[in-house]
Amino acid sequence: MFRVVFSTALWRGVGGIALFVALWEAASLLKLPFLRFVPAPHLLFASVLETIQTPAYWTAVYISAKRVMIGYLIGVALGVPIGLAFGVSRAFKNVFFPVFETLRPIPPLAWVPLSILLWPTMEQTVISIIFLGSFFTVVINVLGGVETVDLRYVRAALSMGATRWQVFWRVVVPATSPSIFTGMAIAMGLTWEIVVAAEMVSSIGSGQTGLGAMMWQAYVGGVIPLIITAMVSIGLAGLLFSALIWQIGGFATRWRRLV
Amino acid sequence: MSPHGGLRIKEVSKVYDPEGIHVVALQEISFDISPGEFCVVVGPSGCGKTTLLNIIAGFDTLTSGEIVMDGSTLTAPGKRLSPGADRMVVFQHGALFPWKTVLWNVTCGPVLQGRLPRAQAEAQARHLLARTGLSGIEGQYPGELSSGMRRRVELVRALMNDPKVLLLDEPFRALDALTRSVMHEHLLQLYDLARKTVFFITHDLEEAIFLADRVVVMTTRPGRVKKVIEVDLPRPRDHRILTSARYGELEEEALEAIHEEALKAFETGERELA
Amino acid sequence: MLRWVRSPRPYQLLLGFAIFLAIWHLATAVLEVPIFRKIPPPAVVLREWFNPEPFFGVSVYTSLYYSHIAYSVYRAYTAFALAVLLGVPLGILIGWDRTFHEYTFPLVETFRPIPPLSWVPLAILMLPGTEPPVIFVTFIAAFFATVLNTLLGVQSIDRSYFRAAQCLGFTRRDTLFHVVIPGAMPHVFIGLQIAMGLSWVALVAGEMIAGKRGLGYMIYDAYSMVQIPTIIMGMLTLGFLGFFSSAMVRYLGGKLMAWRSY
Repeated sequence: MFRVVFSTALWRGVGGIALFVALWEAASLLKLPFLRFVPAPHLLFASVLETIQTPAYWTAVYISAKRVMIGYLIGVALGVPIGLAFGVSRAFKNVFFPVFETLRPIPPLAWVPLSILLWPTMEQTVISIIFLGSFFTVVINVLGGVETVDLRYVRAALSMGATRWQVFWRVVVPATSPSIFTGMAIAMGLTWEIVVAAEMVSSIGSGQTGLGAMMWQAYVGGVIPLIITAMVSIGLAGLLFSALIWQIGGFATRWRRLV
Repeated sequence: MSPHGGLRIKEVSKVYDPEGIHVVALQEISFDISPGEFCVVVGPSGCGKTTLLNIIAGFDTLTSGEIVMDGSTLTAPGKRLSPGADRMVVFQHGALFPWKTVLWNVTCGPVLQGRLPRAQAEAQARHLLARTGLSGIEGQYPGELSSGMRRRVELVRALMNDPKVLLLDEPFRALDALTRSVMHEHLLQLYDLARKTVFFITHDLEEAIFLADRVVVMTTRPGRVKKVIEVDLPRPRDHRILTSARYGELEEEALEAIHEEALKAFETGERELA
Repeated sequence: MLRWVRSPRPYQLLLGFAIFLAIWHLATAVLEVPIFRKIPPPAVVLREWFNPEPFFGVSVYTSLYYSHIAYSVYRAYTAFALAVLLGVPLGILIGWDRTFHEYTFPLVETFRPIPPLSWVPLAILMLPGTEPPVIFVTFIAAFFATVLNTLLGVQSIDRSYFRAAQCLGFTRRDTLFHVVIPGAMPHVFIGLQIAMGLSWVALVAGEMIAGKRGLGYMIYDAYSMVQIPTIIMGMLTLGFLGFFSSAMVRYLGGKLMAWRSY
């Protein structure tokens, strides 16, 4: 434990960040025009401490998190089977993959106007955008995972008399599970990025205020420390949630470390 | 062709993680290699032969003991040894740069070290490649060649650097048996050209006796010398020697020594360290 | 190529699109499913898209359409180029030099999780004009993806190559140019494709909020004026451009790394 605390790497990392903060503080003091609107680190820090003690902040976190989870889970629930289907059935892939690939590059934010027209409530709009983000990512990762399943495992199973269904459930799915979890972790990080976009829009209409909406309102209202607080919060939330998925995935596929 | 490259390995020990799980890879191992000698170290998985090669190459350090080359200390505890062209290594899975042509791979050592101008290096390279039956491939990438061809190119690359000792880390392990036996003959041809000191490690007994002047049999972990066998088969050798009476005797002698160690390694479930 | 045409593949592809269009048409024009009430059927969109006198002012025949495309492309590619020029060298340094890694990587990892889109307000406040904020936000997205993938590329180089370089007497500089950079290239190009895709995603956000002109802006403008076929046109154009850009990066990568095709 002590070795970790006193390692050079740690001190150097801290040093790098400290240097950055010091430069920022100096630039603030010098009143560089570039940073006219950006608060000095010590002011920002004070503001952050203040904000995280307000209930409004935590409500916003909760609202965003709820939307992320719902959109994300639907995306995973639909994405994993479709990804598996693409990987396993040549015919299915040949028919539907081109349409999928045509829609995939469309940025989530570009779907927003259409979503607003489609869905009756703002809440559903936001969730549908998040869903799209997680869905496409999961499908691509799962598909990649199926395609890299070592054919020898399949053949070994078949030579032991397995039926196609058994091969699917007992060989393909477990072998793809690392990719499934990777896709889920990446998608989770992505959905937090999208939540900003989705909520920026929802703050225009009515609806509950998530972190992204809070950030946008802060911008409109000129409360800059709050903007930064929101930015950092979203980043942190994305990190924490995807770290959680990585952990779950690592646990579910712990056979990997032994091979 | 320098008459150098004599190695003396004196009571070398290597302990991994001394304060932790304390794995003794090598225990006071000692033996000598004369200049120009083809020495093969044989042993079961985990016996430490790769560790010893890495120490001589400079990729790893020893915990105690000394290695002397041509009278001066090569490495000892506290004396850091850098890898160098004098102890050129040919790697198990091959380390030809896939993004460079064969010619570049083979000439990069002397050219970048400043020992030879490019034109001269290239001429020498073409000559050596032709000697191993590899003319015409200079402009190709390693990925286009068969594994046997790649191995030969890597040997040529090693020789181009005029090393004192050639370190071969189970170079033919990944090849199929037929390619391997052809490679043995090619290797001996190249060896006869230059008569460099060779330090070759393998787990394959047949390969060891066929190639070597001396075979050093190692024990399983912790690694020590179990037996040294002088291979007095005449050179040049070809595959027909494998059926000679003398070869049979040598093989029996070696097998007796190594089988016991192989059994021990098998029972303790030894795995390669590096 | 000919083999592809003769296989069932092209027909399956067409079938997929046909099914997609059919469902769209059914939902909007025939069954008039309430939720799709405001969505125009495919025929309407296509008619508008290829209309010499478009009802809403934008079609394949209007210069406005191409003006929007040009702005978006200019911004996306400029940001991408900046990200590559700054991101690849940084990634290589972080991946290769232990000391540099220890000083800079924590700083990079602190900023990386912050979603590019959330930089929009700050970018508008810090940078003058309309173009710089949009390009900055796009740059951020592409930059971090590039750095990360380049770093991974360097770290994925087999240790044996470094050892061989040591034996061969390479200097640090030699190793950088002849081992690290070429060895990392495959991963770098994967990163560039991802970065290109992310550029387009971030670009749209930037344009919707800060830009005048550009496809993102076009979509939002159309939305505010209830010109729905134009929205769909914008979306599909974006999709196509994004796909095409990534494909181009992939193609360039294939050419630069000829040694890989074996």
